[in-house]
Amino acid sequence: MAYDKFVTLTSRAVPLPVENVDTDQIIPARFLKAVERKGFGDNLFRDWRYDKANQPIADFPLNDSKYSGKILVGGKNFGSGSSREHAAWAIYDYGFRVVVSSFFADIFKGNSLNNGLLPVIVSPAFLEKIFAAIEADPTTELEVDLENQKITLLTTGESEEFEINAYKKHCLQNGLDDIDYLVNMKEEIEAFER
Amino acid sequence: MEAKTLFDKIWDAHVVKKVEAGPSVLYIDRHFIHEVTSPVAFLGLKNRGLKVFRPDQTTATPDHNVPTIDQELSIKDELSRHQVEMLKKNCDEHGITYHGLGSEGHGVVHIIGPEMGLTQPGMTIVCGDSHTSTHGAFGAIAFGIGTSEVEMVLASQCIMQPKPKKMRITVDGELGKGVTSKDIALYIISKISTSGGTGHFIEYAGSAITSLSMEARMTLCNLSIESGARGGMIAPDDTTINYIKGRQFAPKGADWDKAVEYWKSLKSDEGAQFDTEYHFDAADIEPMITYGTNPGMGIGVTATIPLGEELQGTDRTTFLKSLKYMDYNPGEPMKGKKVDYVFLGSCTNGRIEDFRAFAQFVKGKKKADDIHVWLVPGSKAVEKQIIAEGLDQIFEEAGMALRQPGCSACLAMNDDKIPEGKYAVSTSNRNFEGRQGPGARTLLASPLTAAAVAVTGVITDPRELM
Ligand code: SF4
Repeated sequence: MAYDKFVTLTSRAVPLPVENVDTDQIIPARFLKAVERKGFGDNLFRDWRYDKANQPIADFPLNDSKYSGKILVGGKNFGSGSSREHAAWAIYDYGFRVVVSSFFADIFKGNSLNNGLLPVIVSPAFLEKIFAAIEADPTTELEVDLENQKITLLTTGESEEFEINAYKKHCLQNGLDDIDYLVNMKEEIEAFER
Repeated sequence: MEAKTLFDKIWDAHVVKKVEAGPSVLYIDRHFIHEVTSPVAFLGLKNRGLKVFRPDQTTATPDHNVPTIDQELSIKDELSRHQVEMLKKNCDEHGITYHGLGSEGHGVVHIIGPEMGLTQPGMTIVCGDSHTSTHGAFGAIAFGIGTSEVEMVLASQCIMQPKPKKMRITVDGELGKGVTSKDIALYIISKISTSGGTGHFIEYAGSAITSLSMEARMTLCNLSIESGARGGMIAPDDTTINYIKGRQFAPKGADWDKAVEYWKSLKSDEGAQFDTEYHFDAADIEPMITYGTNPGMGIGVTATIPLGEELQGTDRTTFLKSLKYMDYNPGEPMKGKKVDYVFLGSCTNGRIEDFRAFAQFVKGKKKADDIHVWLVPGSKAVEKQIIAEGLDQIFEEAGMALRQPGCSACLAMNDDKIPEGKYAVSTSNRNFEGRQGPGARTLLASPLTAAAVAVTGVITDPRELM
C-alpha cells in the first residue's frame, strides 16, 4: 500500500499511559466489516473515546483538546492481540505517523511498518520521561529523526536512539513496500519451487 | 553438523533469499483466508493489476462474521453479507477453493485446515488471523499475518519475515483430574505474561505435552499468540501421523510413506540451542480461570484474585483499571461468582473432543436457571459429528441448544454478543475489554469448567462435580 515517505517528524504527542493496549481497543471487531481501506480513523479507540450515547468521553486523551499531534505515546506491550491490520490503518488514518512505546507486539509492529506508521521503541525510563513531560506541558514537542534513528524531547533536549531494521528503514524513507520487492522476485521464487 | 531446532529445520528449508541486513523472503506452503482480513488485499492486487500466483495453495472460508442460526437464509446484516459475498467473488475470480456457509467444508478457518488434512508437519502456514498458531500443533511453522502480508502471499506465495528467536517450554509430569490443555496454556501465560513470548517462536515439549491428543495440542498451540509469541509448535509423532492418515488432502500411497519418513525427522536435535527456556511441572496446574482483561490474568479456579500490591506505576493503574472493568476486587475468591453466559466454541475449543467433554459433564444434569448457554461447533464437520454421536440430544435434555458453526461470540462480529456488564465464561482465547461485545466481561476457561458453570450458574471447580 502506498504511503507518504517518512522524513524527520517534529510534533506534539498524545499520551495514552495504559499498558497492553490491544488491537480490540484500537479498533473493535464490529468496525471490521468494510471491504475497503477507508475511514477507520473515525472508530479509532471507539469504546474508550465515546460513551454508549456516542458522546465523546471528555477525559480520554484523543478528546482532550489540550493534546494534539502526529505522535501517539502508549504504555508497554502496545498492539497486542488480533492480527487485524485495521489497527495500524486506524491509527494512520486518524493522522498519527509515529507510535512510541517501550514494547510492541510483533504483528502490530510489522503491520505498522508495512503502512508507513513508524513504531519507535524507547527504554521504559525514557517512556516515563515522555509521559511526565507531556503531563507537565501538553505542548511539549518530540522530534523523530528516522535517518539517525533518534528521538528527542525538545523541551529538555534529552534523546535516545531507537532500533529499526535497515531494510524497513529504507522502505519507510522511500515509501516502498514489500509487494513490489516480491513481485520482482518471481523467477527466483519459481526456481525455489522446483 | 550443527544441532538445529525443529523451528530452524523448517524455517531454513523455506528461505528463498535473505535480504541484506533485512528480513528473509519466506516461501509459504499453505495460505488460509477469511472474509475480514482479505478484501483489502484483493483490492491491492487489482490496483496493481496482479493475479494470484498460486491459487491452489490458498483455501478460503467465511467464519468471522457469519450468523450461527438460520445459516440457510441470507445473512441479515448487510455489511456482513457484503463481506462474505466479496470473499466468494474474489475466490471465483482467482480460482481459489471456497468453502461457503452450510457446505461440508465450512467452519472456522483453523479448524477446517487440520480436518481436511491440509495442515501437515514441516509446512509453513499463514493466515490473516493471529490464531494461525493453532496449526503449529502438527510440527508446522504457522503464524498470523496482516492484510499487507496476505496480499504478498497472494501475489508471490512469499512473505518477508525477520527470523524470530526460539523458546522452548517443557511441561513434564501428569496432568491432574479435570485439567486440560486449555489450563496448561492459561497457566503458562499467567506465568510468562502476555508479552513473555514476544519476538519468539515456541516449541512445546515434555511428557505432559506428548501425551496430549492432537486436538488438545491444537488448543495449546492456538493460545501461543496470547503470550505474545508468533506461534507455537510441537514435534510430530505417532499421534500426529495417525491423525492425518486418510484425511482428504493427506498424501496417499508411496507419497504417504515418503512424507512420514520426512515428518519423523522433524524434531529438535540433541543439544540444539534455544534463546529462552522454561520448565513447568504438570502437577502444579489446576483448572484455570481468568479474572481480568488480558489472558495473562489467570489463576487456579480455587484461588483468590491477586492483591497486586507489588505492582507500581502504570502496572498498578493497568491492573486496577482491569479489575474495575470486571467489577471485581483484589483478594476476592473466584469460586461462587455469578455468571450470565457460557460460550463453548472458537478455534481454541470448538472441536469434537471439546463437545464430547462438555456433553459428558452435563449428561443427566440441567442447565442452571438464569444462565444462557451458547454451543457453537467450530465447523460443519464438528456439527455433523455431534449429531452423529447424539451429543445434541444430551444438550437438549440439559436445556441447551446447539448452534451452527462460526467464530461467533469469540469476537462478537455477528449477533452473538454478550450484553454490556454481563459475565461470560468462554472457552475462547481473549478476554479483552469488549471482545465479546461492548461492555461484556469475559472469563476464559476450559470446556470442563464451562460445563460446570453451565449447570451451577456460578464459577465452579469442575473437579467437585466429576
Ligand atoms: S474463533 Fe475467534 S480467534 Fe478463532 S479465528 Fe475465529 S475470531 Fe479468530
